[in-house]
Amino acid sequence: MNDVLLEMRGITKRFPGVKALEDVSLAVRRGEIHAICGENGAGKSTLMKVLSGVYPTGDYDGEIRLDGKPVHFGGIRDSEAVGIVIIHQELALVPYLSIAENIFLGNERRGRGGLIDWNRTNAEARELLTSVGLDENPVSPVIQLGVGKQQLVEIAKALSKDVRLLILDEPTAALNDVDSAHLLNLLRQLRDRGITCIMISHKLSEITAIADSTTVIRDGRTVETLDMTSGEVTQERIIRGMVGRDLDSFYPDRVSEPGPEVLRIEDWTVWHPVQQRLVVDGASLTVRAGEVVGIAGLMGAGRTELAMSVFGRAYGRNISGRLYVHGKEVRARTVAEAISNGIAYATEDRKRYGLNLIADVRANVSAAALGKLARAGWINGNEEIKVAEQGRREMNIKTRTVLDTVGTLSGGNQQKVVLSKWLFTDPEVLILDEPTRGIDVGAKFEIYTIINRLVAQGKAVIVISSELPELLGMCDRIYTLSAGRITGELPVGQATQENLMALMTKEKELAG
Amino acid sequence: MTSTKPSVPTEQPSAESASAAALHVGSSDPLTLIMRNLRQSGIYIAFVVIVALFAFLTKGVLLSPGNITNIVLQYSYILVLAIGMVILIIAGHIDLSVGSIVALTGAVSAVLVVQHGQPWWVGVVAAVAVGIAVGAWHGFWVAYVGMPAFIVTLAGMLLFRGLTLRVLDNVSLSPFPAGYQKVASGFLNGLLGGHGYDAFTLLIAAIAVAGYAVSVFRTRLARIRYEQPVESFPLFVTRVLVVAAVVMYFAWQLAHARGLPIVLIILAVLVIAYGLMTNNTVFGRQVYAIGGNLSAAMLSGVKVRKVNFWIFVNMGFLAGIAGVIYSSRSNGAQPAAGNMFELDAIAAAFIGGAAVAGGVGTVVGAMVGGLIMAVMSNGMQLMGVDQSTQSVVKGLVLLLAVAFDIYNKRRAGAAR
Repeated sequence: MNDVLLEMRGITKRFPGVKALEDVSLAVRRGEIHAICGENGAGKSTLMKVLSGVYPTGDYDGEIRLDGKPVHFGGIRDSEAVGIVIIHQELALVPYLSIAENIFLGNERRGRGGLIDWNRTNAEARELLTSVGLDENPVSPVIQLGVGKQQLVEIAKALSKDVRLLILDEPTAALNDVDSAHLLNLLRQLRDRGITCIMISHKLSEITAIADSTTVIRDGRTVETLDMTSGEVTQERIIRGMVGRDLDSFYPDRVSEPGPEVLRIEDWTVWHPVQQRLVVDGASLTVRAGEVVGIAGLMGAGRTELAMSVFGRAYGRNISGRLYVHGKEVRARTVAEAISNGIAYATEDRKRYGLNLIADVRANVSAAALGKLARAGWINGNEEIKVAEQGRREMNIKTRTVLDTVGTLSGGNQQKVVLSKWLFTDPEVLILDEPTRGIDVGAKFEIYTIINRLVAQGKAVIVISSELPELLGMCDRIYTLSAGRITGELPVGQATQENLMALMTKEKELAG
Repeated sequence: MTSTKPSVPTEQPSAESASAAALHVGSSDPLTLIMRNLRQSGIYIAFVVIVALFAFLTKGVLLSPGNITNIVLQYSYILVLAIGMVILIIAGHIDLSVGSIVALTGAVSAVLVVQHGQPWWVGVVAAVAVGIAVGAWHGFWVAYVGMPAFIVTLAGMLLFRGLTLRVLDNVSLSPFPAGYQKVASGFLNGLLGGHGYDAFTLLIAAIAVAGYAVSVFRTRLARIRYEQPVESFPLFVTRVLVVAAVVMYFAWQLAHARGLPIVLIILAVLVIAYGLMTNNTVFGRQVYAIGGNLSAAMLSGVKVRKVNFWIFVNMGFLAGIAGVIYSSRSNGAQPAAGNMFELDAIAAAFIGGAAVAGGVGTVVGAMVGGLIMAVMSNGMQLMGVDQSTQSVVKGLVLLLAVAFDIYNKRRAGAAR
């Protein structure tokens, strides 16, 4: 079984200010399930975008060979023409079109005169649905399906294109256990039918369960490719490859001297804005001055929902619970009230929710506390530039001037702009939601250093992160959240990835 | 990946003395400034080229005293509307109903003044009040119900056109008494006596220029105090002198025609007030924040609904003023008044550099955009170009202006 279907050699991809991939190589054998592992920002998705032609030939250095022959892709269409199909983490289905229409979108089954042959479309769709084990009417609109079933429709769509190499980016991230199990089973069936799969996943248990090989990527480089068929490769072995560095040197040292309590949340309950379900269920937590508190939880556990609802009820409905700042109960019914009560929240998606990308650094830094720069509504423009300059200096934001557009900065520098913005509001407690997502290692270290400086000044910091090593490296205490409930609270000395993971999945085991 | 530890910033402006900062020219030489702000400065260059072109084609008639006065009188209400429109566009909205609001406010005023013999100022106040009410109506639906402005104001366009017909009973009302007519066709002149030219106009212009010079000089001093780069002193003086020369030339021409038009004063006050409002106030900056990224603005504590509501109220207010100017100029209220004004106002904003997706645009840019349209229309009329060709040319200019905007944005995106 050493028949190589796909080979990527020496792939290097640069973005301004960041080298996303450096000399990455990958060999995928015909008919195997090949897992790709790595931390967030390691370069997995970038690599798959290179492979599927999202970044066309010439946009990167290196070579892609399929069946031993070099291939060049100018776009997604070219890669699909040779049978490479990618299914992204965010599903790309059109909600109000039917299942069958979605399956054949851009690839319509036509009859005479170029008109769509609906009988053939729906009949073929039904066959494809059967082959992925989905019992649904092909004419029903996709919006009626749950995420798990939509994922299966995506796979059916891939199969309709005579796929040879199927790439799945975090396919089970949004699925519950039953749907995940079903999906993994389907992947095994596809492999037996000769379809090669590349699967990007954070869930190591799934990888050890179904992958034939695993390639580990770290900081934009290939670390190793592990043969999983022997069954000897453990999750710990993969983690070692993914982390691969001494945690101590990666997270800057800090002397922990927690002071008095700054923020206390009691019995916090939040309903989903449109659906009839609880997203945060009776959560209580405290943060002290000079302390970094982590919140660990899987996707969908309610981490962001908890933070955003605390931050001036920016998320959710029927919010109940009590909020104390410095022991005094506060009402923060709007974002403006939350800010004036000393709460700051830096979002997990800085491009969509955190920054005005078409505005300059100056306007972004001042955006959350313009009032501090104004008298009778009138902004002192010079003072504003001074504040922005100060942020630039303290955070080491790499930009020519503070009048440069934020959209042109690298991810790490954009994140520093976000931090400058919130620091200018002079918060008591700073909630950082995935503060290092999608930024390179050097910038991560700088962000950690900034966090340490803040707590040294007596601020309280809450860090939400899906990277457990980050929480273990940065926090004094870690809360775990599962299905909207706080399931545990551990001082960092007692926490390990294993016991945190056990707490993060606690609710599910009870339910399932 | 070179910096795994926080590097000490190497290139930071040290605490230079104020005088050293004053000498700092660096990035502020004119060419760099023009290149960096091509999106904004492109429009000024285009304006100068278009004025020169039509001055040449009309053998100088375009810039004759009488014609300059005409351009001001003819397009003032479009420019007033464009101020409100560009603010809405910056916030990511649009208003298709302003033509109907102009008609309705003019009609209300005409009913009061012409039919009921009220004094002229009652008509003005009523028109502006109706404009504000209409703006609040739109603001309610957009900001608090959450409907797209396109739909709300499309409905408003029909609704308020219908109400205009109702108010006017389908007939035109005219004429207004002289006091009301003066708003749009009146001139302040002869206050200092006639000498073959109007000294009063020149005096006002001179005061304006002096005020401008003092204000930019104070800005310069403040920037130096904050150790920010400023242009070199000779360049600064040249800039002030050029502005002064253009304004005085313009005033000279007006002084040799009929003097200082009242609408020009109204317009100047509005442009200065709204220019400062958009640039220098918390409210103005929040408008840009909303248009640039709605979610980010919300999560920065901007009261998005409130801001959206008030910019629609403001649009109604300005449409009321435009309604007064237009009814005064046409000396009556007609059921079809203000037809298609919205399109001219929208075109002015976009030609003036506003971005279709919001977040970008300036009041001054919109004024220049409006003036480009005005000069082109006026120039072509002087040349006797027929209506159809005029429309084709204006359409192409709008198309190219927005194409330029998109090209610019793509270039900026590629630089990412």
